[in-house]
Amino acid sequence: MQLISKFSRSGLMLLLILLIMLPFLISSSYLTHIVTLILLWSFVATAWAYMARFGMVSLGHGVFLGIGAYFPTLMFNYWGVTPWIGIFVGLVVAIVIAAILGYTCFRFGLLGDYFALVTLAVAEVSALVIMALREITGGSLGYTLRSTGRLADMQFADKRVFYFMALILLIGAMYIWRRIDKSPVRLALTAIEESEIAAASLGVSVIRYKMMITLLSAALTALGGSLYAQYVTYVSPDTIAGVGVSLSVCFKAILGGMFAVLGPFVGSAIIVSLEEYVRISLGTSFLGLSQIIFGVSLLLMIIFMPRGIMGSMSMAVAKRLNRISARH
Amino acid sequence: MLEIQNVTKVFGGILALTGVSLKVGEGSFVGLIGPNGSGKTTLFNVVSGAFPPSKGNVIFNGQAISGMPPNHICRQGIARTFQIPQPIKSLTVAENVMLGTIFGSQQIGTACGLDRAREEALQWLDFVGLKLDPESYPDRMTAGDLRKLEMARAIATRPKVLLADEVLSGLNRDELKDASGILQKARDELGLTIIWVEHVMHVLMKLVERVVVLNYGMLIADGDPASVSKDERVIEAYLGRH
Repeated sequence: MQLISKFSRSGLMLLLILLIMLPFLISSSYLTHIVTLILLWSFVATAWAYMARFGMVSLGHGVFLGIGAYFPTLMFNYWGVTPWIGIFVGLVVAIVIAAILGYTCFRFGLLGDYFALVTLAVAEVSALVIMALREITGGSLGYTLRSTGRLADMQFADKRVFYFMALILLIGAMYIWRRIDKSPVRLALTAIEESEIAAASLGVSVIRYKMMITLLSAALTALGGSLYAQYVTYVSPDTIAGVGVSLSVCFKAILGGMFAVLGPFVGSAIIVSLEEYVRISLGTSFLGLSQIIFGVSLLLMIIFMPRGIMGSMSMAVAKRLNRISARH
Repeated sequence: MLEIQNVTKVFGGILALTGVSLKVGEGSFVGLIGPNGSGKTTLFNVVSGAFPPSKGNVIFNGQAISGMPPNHICRQGIARTFQIPQPIKSLTVAENVMLGTIFGSQQIGTACGLDRAREEALQWLDFVGLKLDPESYPDRMTAGDLRKLEMARAIATRPKVLLADEVLSGLNRDELKDASGILQKARDELGLTIIWVEHVMHVLMKLVERVVVLNYGMLIADGDPASVSKDERVIEAYLGRH
């Protein structure tokens, strides 16, 4: 076990150094853009997996992405409020909505599939609300952020700033993940996942710990949505709210492995790259091909690799190491 | 110390408990017996807060605890084991017990580090005599070991009262001795008050000093083992004639 953790630690350091150097090594701003997207989605997928790895599979994180994306954007365009403040407002709104949703679900003991279904419905509602308020939000056509190019408005001449912001957020999210692993919170949430009644009978406050992880996950997701909107300067219910994006976040984490800290990153890297590749190589001649590929591979993944790529890999490595140590 | 006052529990139209009253003094070792479906586990569920009573009160150390959520009741000092052991399979044996040490008692709480909790958990594993690797997972344990883990976890919450629900069912002769020995030890060394639901009569009768009998949700007898086992109604309802 120690060997594995040593390996993975040096692997992580190497990856980190590579990611820090990357924008300076490659001259293509297109590639930097793709990696920025990967980092952003990794961050969101990691935040999603905070809950999912303890059995709370939300199919509605698009709500929090949408709140995070729309609040600072609209506040800036209409009232000239700087996104530096707008992001904070979006964060607070996301936490409040998550608290209302979470408490309602947990108080009435909505578990597993039922919880997933409720969140799915909420995701759909979020997209509908955006479309219903089309006078303000631009409806399904989306909405473009007013461009000023001023630092005070969170707009940078050098787009690499967003790259590093996303990287810092991702590292932060992974750090919190590790901290959770080493704290009583992991024990509490694991126990709650398996048996709420057993956990409660040992003194674990079921609702408190579920709320805690839900609020954290929602807040980070909203932050990801904010940064995404500021980066691409365009929001629409299809790209940042609603069911579609909610599911695509889940899929990134599931593909990479939602039980491993690097899983959501690996999944996001694969999916974002593949999406780009398909989009460029096929253009408009075969729209929807990437979705078909993802649909089929999701099916195969769930059947053959339920722990995702990272999960299956670490299991394979552990098995091999066991065999080696057994031989000696 | 623990007083159950006229507790009634109704499920739909079924009376699971009908006006059960019971006083249990500190340090006593009480056996709770009765035929299947007589309301023994329901009584445990009411006392431990799994669900509130329909009528009546549970008083613990002068405070009404009925209606409190189970995690609060646990922290007040009432622990329970489950009839079917409920180990958390994706936590290690040590971590299962750590749940109790960290969340179950007010003295330690979540502020203490995991290391200290682990140390204490290992002591409780030692206390119940569970000789498995504490870093192993409880997915392939024997029935006897599962019972020990279940009891270690409950005792780790540092309770004053332990509600032990059928800790002997499904055990072989040696395991019977171990499991009942743990209850005896918990009472003698830790000073726990124990209420013990059991069907294995010959073991229970030898250990407890008082037996309470439930039948159809009603308390039909309460006394020392010798007199209860001669009680006509108890023989009729449960023990049967030889």
